[in-house]
Amino acid sequence: MAEPLITAEDLSVHYPLRGNLFGPKPVVKAVDGINLHIDRGSFFGLVGESGSGKTTLGRALLQAAPITRGEVHYTDGEVRYRINDLAGDELKDYRKRAQLIFQDPYAALSPRMTVRDIIAEPLEVMKLTDSREETDERVREVAAKCRLNLEHLRRYPHAFSGGQRQRISIARALVSNPRFIVADESVAALDVSIQADVLNLLHSISDEMHLTFLFISHDLSVVAHVCDHVAVMYLGRLVETAPTRELFSAPRHPYTRALLSAIPSLDPDDRGKAQKLEGEIPSPTNPPPGCKFHTRCPYATDVCRQQEPRLDTMTGEHQVACHHWESL
Amino acid sequence: MSSPLISVKDLSIQFRTGEGLVTAVDNVSFDIAPGEVLGLVGESGSGKSVTAKSLMLLNAENAVYGDHSRITIDTGQEKIDVLSLERPQDRMLIRGGLISMIFQEPMASFAPAMSIGSQMVEQLLLHTNMSKAEAKEHSIDMLNRVGISDASKRFKQYSFEFSGGMRQRAMIAMALSTKPKLLIADEPTTALDVTIQAQVIDLMLDLVEEFKMGILFITHDLGVIAQTADRVAVMYLGKLLETGPVRPVIRTPAHPYTQGLLNALPRLDDLDAALTPVPGDIPSPLERPGGCVFHTRCSQAIDNLCNSVSPQVIEVGPQHQVACVLHDPALGEGAIKGSVVIGPAAAGTTAPGSTLSGSELSGSAESVSTVNNSEVNGGNRG
Repeated sequence: MAEPLITAEDLSVHYPLRGNLFGPKPVVKAVDGINLHIDRGSFFGLVGESGSGKTTLGRALLQAAPITRGEVHYTDGEVRYRINDLAGDELKDYRKRAQLIFQDPYAALSPRMTVRDIIAEPLEVMKLTDSREETDERVREVAAKCRLNLEHLRRYPHAFSGGQRQRISIARALVSNPRFIVADESVAALDVSIQADVLNLLHSISDEMHLTFLFISHDLSVVAHVCDHVAVMYLGRLVETAPTRELFSAPRHPYTRALLSAIPSLDPDDRGKAQKLEGEIPSPTNPPPGCKFHTRCPYATDVCRQQEPRLDTMTGEHQVACHHWESL
Repeated sequence: MSSPLISVKDLSIQFRTGEGLVTAVDNVSFDIAPGEVLGLVGESGSGKSVTAKSLMLLNAENAVYGDHSRITIDTGQEKIDVLSLERPQDRMLIRGGLISMIFQEPMASFAPAMSIGSQMVEQLLLHTNMSKAEAKEHSIDMLNRVGISDASKRFKQYSFEFSGGMRQRAMIAMALSTKPKLLIADEPTTALDVTIQAQVIDLMLDLVEEFKMGILFITHDLGVIAQTADRVAVMYLGKLLETGPVRPVIRTPAHPYTQGLLNALPRLDDLDAALTPVPGDIPSPLERPGGCVFHTRCSQAIDNLCNSVSPQVIEVGPQHQVACVLHDPALGEGAIKGSVVIGPAAAGTTAPGSTLSGSELSGSAESVSTVNNSEVNGGNRG
């Protein structure tokens, strides 16, 4: 069995709000009590609606969001880190090993830097190379891997289309030779015709460099195609996690089912057949008691309104947090 | 067949820029009938939004419309030649009156310092004869119709107090409250979560049914098109490459670009299928390729043909038209049997303006008196 690269136990990220004068300070439970492990070499998908906490979870794993409770461990065969209290040289080393690719390729690249400087910046900031020649060598190597035209390295980002810019962001993330990459909605801003190209690139890079990916997306059909494992989040909680095929062929949680059913089908004759989910995701400042999903769940009963379900293991690696999974 | 509500003929739009004239829309023709949803698909930069904005004369001052371009709206009583409207009060008749538009980003579409209610009332006072009290009552009624609970309280709130889905509903309520003949929806669900997207699509389809208006639905998502549109038009670099009823276009796409878009789409019914990107990037409008605009990215392009010859519009099925030489019996090597050429099969035609005018969609020519029919069918001018 594959070893986990990332293990999160009871991971919580709570942000304090401006409180009342009296009484306890209200908090936003952006991520709340998540247990999760990401195997080495896995392409792990994290899905959920906006406001479900998927970005915060990704950042917490990179120590880019404050961890309120719980632990995150990172083990890659060379080093073992407890992410919570990494500092100093260890944190620098972790930054080298864990990288982030952003959503918007237009906002993520400085318009005043050439492509070469953008890709080289992590090397210079982290002092990973000894000479300018070595830096250039490394930049060219990574740029070629991301199918960037080496002659374009002297240009500025404005000269590139969305897909090319996203490949530049990917090259920048890869230049420090990381083991773990969080890709946060990395294809959401791209046209479909280009999206497939970037997805294929991410996939081939992950195989080639033995990378582990956390692929955050709201688009289930994209996740279904690239990920081997998927976790579904709702209001800061994990509601279901399973190997991709199992999740898509036999979803158990009513929320997962609703999400799948809401994807617009390419068959015009499927019109109106989608199972409709009423209402919207509640505000995380004032989440409902019991199961967080009960306000929109067609199967909710009294127990759902009072008691929060645990993430139960159904079979093997398929886990679901629902009181009624056995009868659904 | 009912006569079209809006008829666009040979629409060409160029923008005057520091770098010369940039072509955004090139000889585009389409009709929308009352109660019909036309889906306009294309990548960013294909000219979808410029086309939509031209219907309401919302393009920037530096837009230049082609000499033969006509946009005609049939109100039932009269036919309005949109591009000839000069006076602001005439244009007002169109903007927000006959045609309403909903935008992609509902947060940016509401004025932040005015309550939702006062914005809704304002436009009703401008476009209808309602009194302020009637307008308020009607607005609250519309908010109720689109499923916003506690509408009279919501009426007084500001857009930042609404969630994304609710804002888009309010936008729809506002757009429909003047009972427009045509609704332009520019990527109305792109910024929304799938579950909310499904709700908004349902709502829009219900409202078309109820108000019998036409919708121009702009999106890059073919799944959304499959679930909403009656007919589809596929646009690339300002040209319509394929038009037709939604089923044949999605099930048996004729143009390599439409096929490419469908192959690039991750499908849930076949997880093993490889994702095939359309190679390359959409060229800059400053460097429009000659011949077929798509030939630089086309995997089926024919050497020495596609880069020089603008393809004719060919009918490949009932009302299903495609601008591609592969379907042209006179030109394409792999010409598909049974295809019919509209107009004379003008082999080797390279004259600009001779292409795509045939995408004028069937059964509508006789109803638009302002357009010279003989100019419409492809090839006649070549």
